[in-house]
Amino acid sequence: MAAVESNLVDLSGAPARRRKEEIIRRIFQSAAAVSVIISAAIVFSLIGRAMDFLFAVDVSALFSPSGWFPRRGFYDLRTIVAGTLIISLIALLVSGPLGVGAAIYLAEYARPRMRRWLKPILEILAGIPSVVLGFFALTWISPELVQRIFEGATLFNLTAAGIAVGILITPLVASVSEDALRSVPVSLREASYGLGASKISTTLRVTIPGAISGIAAALILAISRAIGETMIVAIVAGGTGGSPFRLNPLQPGQTMTGAMTALAIGSDQVKGEALTFPSLFFVGLLLFFMTLALNVVSERFVRRVREKY
Amino acid sequence: MDQTALREVENIERHEGAFLRTAVVHHELAEPDTPLVFEIDALNVYYGTFRAVRDVSLGIHERQITAFIGPSGCGKTTMLRCLNRMNDLVETARVEGGVKYHGVDLYDKKVDPVEVRRRIGMVFQKPNPFPKTIYENVAFGPKIAGFKGDMDGLIEQSLQKAALWDEVKDRLKESAWSLSGGQQQRLCIARCIAVEPDVILMDEPCSALDPIATGHIEDLMQEIKDEYTIVIVTHNMQQAARVSDVTAFFTAEVHGDQDRRTGVLVEYDRTEQMFTNPSDERTENYVTGRFG
Amino acid sequence: MSGGVRTMGTGDIVAAKLQHRRIDLRGKVFEYLLLLSLLISLLFLAVLLFEVTSRGIGVFQERGADFLTGRLSVVTAMTAGVGQAIMGSLLVLVVVVLVAIPIGVGAAIYMEEYAADTKVTRFINVNIRNLAGVPAIVYGLLGLVLFVQILPGITGGKTALTGGLTLAILVLPIVIITSSEALRAVPDSIREAGIGVGATKWEVIRSHVLPSALPGILTGTILSLSRALGETAPLLLVGATTGFLATGGANFFEMFRDSYTTLPTVIFRWSSLPSADFRALTSAAILVLLAITILANAAAIILRNRYERKW
Repeated sequence: MAAVESNLVDLSGAPARRRKEEIIRRIFQSAAAVSVIISAAIVFSLIGRAMDFLFAVDVSALFSPSGWFPRRGFYDLRTIVAGTLIISLIALLVSGPLGVGAAIYLAEYARPRMRRWLKPILEILAGIPSVVLGFFALTWISPELVQRIFEGATLFNLTAAGIAVGILITPLVASVSEDALRSVPVSLREASYGLGASKISTTLRVTIPGAISGIAAALILAISRAIGETMIVAIVAGGTGGSPFRLNPLQPGQTMTGAMTALAIGSDQVKGEALTFPSLFFVGLLLFFMTLALNVVSERFVRRVREKY
Repeated sequence: MDQTALREVENIERHEGAFLRTAVVHHELAEPDTPLVFEIDALNVYYGTFRAVRDVSLGIHERQITAFIGPSGCGKTTMLRCLNRMNDLVETARVEGGVKYHGVDLYDKKVDPVEVRRRIGMVFQKPNPFPKTIYENVAFGPKIAGFKGDMDGLIEQSLQKAALWDEVKDRLKESAWSLSGGQQQRLCIARCIAVEPDVILMDEPCSALDPIATGHIEDLMQEIKDEYTIVIVTHNMQQAARVSDVTAFFTAEVHGDQDRRTGVLVEYDRTEQMFTNPSDERTENYVTGRFG
Repeated sequence: MSGGVRTMGTGDIVAAKLQHRRIDLRGKVFEYLLLLSLLISLLFLAVLLFEVTSRGIGVFQERGADFLTGRLSVVTAMTAGVGQAIMGSLLVLVVVVLVAIPIGVGAAIYMEEYAADTKVTRFINVNIRNLAGVPAIVYGLLGLVLFVQILPGITGGKTALTGGLTLAILVLPIVIITSSEALRAVPDSIREAGIGVGATKWEVIRSHVLPSALPGILTGTILSLSRALGETAPLLLVGATTGFLATGGANFFEMFRDSYTTLPTVIFRWSSLPSADFRALTSAAILVLLAITILANAAAIILRNRYERKW
């Protein structure tokens, strides 16, 4: 242990200890690698079978005017994409104003005591499973809200599904928007007040424009979640046996996710043809790429807010 | 030699075994050159239960540069922000005592703080231009106030007065954030001027700038002081000596076991007088650099 | 003090202008509109809770705990219960905990403590964030291919084990992200102190970093499990039973490789049965699910708030 001896002693440490450290490091590294493996697995498992479907199917069947009736061999993509987009649009119309409005209130107007109560309640809303909202859509939103306001709406319709999906994603929109608003520095607000601007002027002219990238990110994220939502659609949108091409949101319809569910559980008793089941993977692949693209775009907007300040 | 006229009311209190002289001092200039703009009377500012500023009384005169100096934590910025009701933005802030602006009580219930800030503008410590174009930054204030006249002309005039026009006249549509720190601060001054205020409050406007940019701003202040009443907070004594006509020296009282300091006004006099022949020992210690 | 005619004149004008306090109508209306948007969301929540409770509370009043232990049925409402569903959910959650938590926390430890900031690391990060945004049903597809079609030998096909593994993959990104945040919140000074006395990286992590990050990791775990509990779509794709479930006397471990159902799956199936009796049952089942979910989320929030105050 003398200082002189340490010059001659090897400072590289006990080999057993180092080996143990290396093993532990490798273990954690493989855990991280699992995430990459999962991504690869998703892509490969989907692509293989989706391609099988695509090569085997008649292209005309993909744009069949008869609509989406997979068990009869009609795989009209327009029907299910239209259904998906209609529901997403309605969900955006609901969650956009509600979510962004709530975010502005919480970030700019609410007193600290109010925030302490309101935020957790919003988070509880975020934790409600989609089946519950689907049931609520079927038993209340559709009969009490949609059917009362709109004549000729059936019990199963896209609007009720859209509203329920909107409620589902409102907390997400509120949360991301609020983060964006709070990242606008106080100094900019002070500058505005110092020039004699009122609170509403400051909020509308300085704070919201300053956070606009983040709010855009929130809305894009909302669309992505709405597109991927399954259970609400499966319960209340109708169209489980199939659906013709329809743009009327007051009628039943089918979405990409609903179609996948129907195919998987075979909710109608008709057996279908050979390509019925593989169509599931094709739609799944489509869905995967759509949501991936939206999420990437949303990320880019969030990064723009962070870089700004 | 001009002397400050003092009217002292002394309260001697026993405080934990030590004698504390609590003097409520009204500071006025004996022979003012110009009329009063602000009359501050026994001003106390609280954040919650903590008193940040204690019993400040003084009068600020028109078309002069008044400097608030003192060590850090002595309430200078808090004082300044009382003059345009910016402390309203802090939830826990409470103001007691009087601030009269041209004879009107600024904190009267009927007074609209938005209107106050249109007449009493502020330039902040760190330049804070909006993430918009140079033009839009200067135009913001007038637009809010409902200005309908020649906006281009107003912009040019304001930028001229802020000694920035020549540097930016060809790039008004560029982002304000592309300017240097010193230019940004002059832009903030132009933005403030565009609203045609009566008073300009400056909270350590040069502390984030290099010496050359600081020099520009100090020159600018001398040029515009004929049009605006300027009150500047600075921790840089030499700057106060260079730039101001009148100086108020604040210091911080530390209260026993607490770590919080309360600001009090020590002395208020013409700058030349305060720096060559201060009346109070504390002032003398500060301006000669014995403590700071 | 204030002398001179000029000051008086200005003062009058100033007084007149300053004291005319406009009632900022636009501002107030705007503020109340914003508050309204917040309250509408909460209103929906309130209506939902009211509806579900009023429909479902009767089941508990009539049958009490019998509902919780009853067997799954889609035919006879009077004896149908969520007992098997609760069991199935439990089995699935056990698998999720055993698989997703170790791998997730391990991955987070690697990313935050070991990995250097290279292109590969950044790619992995991006990848994890993308996985977090993939719709649940796509994970169901993955599970279908991997666990039902390719690996039935290990999983037994459409079993609770399959369901658990599928959901474990689904919540893995969430576990990684929340654990990473918890680890990042631990100040570097703690790490430096440990290294400074000659401890190895793992020793520092094990004895200082992990314990400090534990509340945050726990919060993330609870939120992930709560999410997994409420998931239905992926389980439908990997074969959770929705109709009749025959479980005869298998022991606990065998149940993993057996058919199963979960609470949200049952809710889904029953919601398609329009009779008033089954509507009541569905509502009662929802009450059970919500109770567990809200309790879990509340616990996570309380844990997070108490943990945040520490720093």
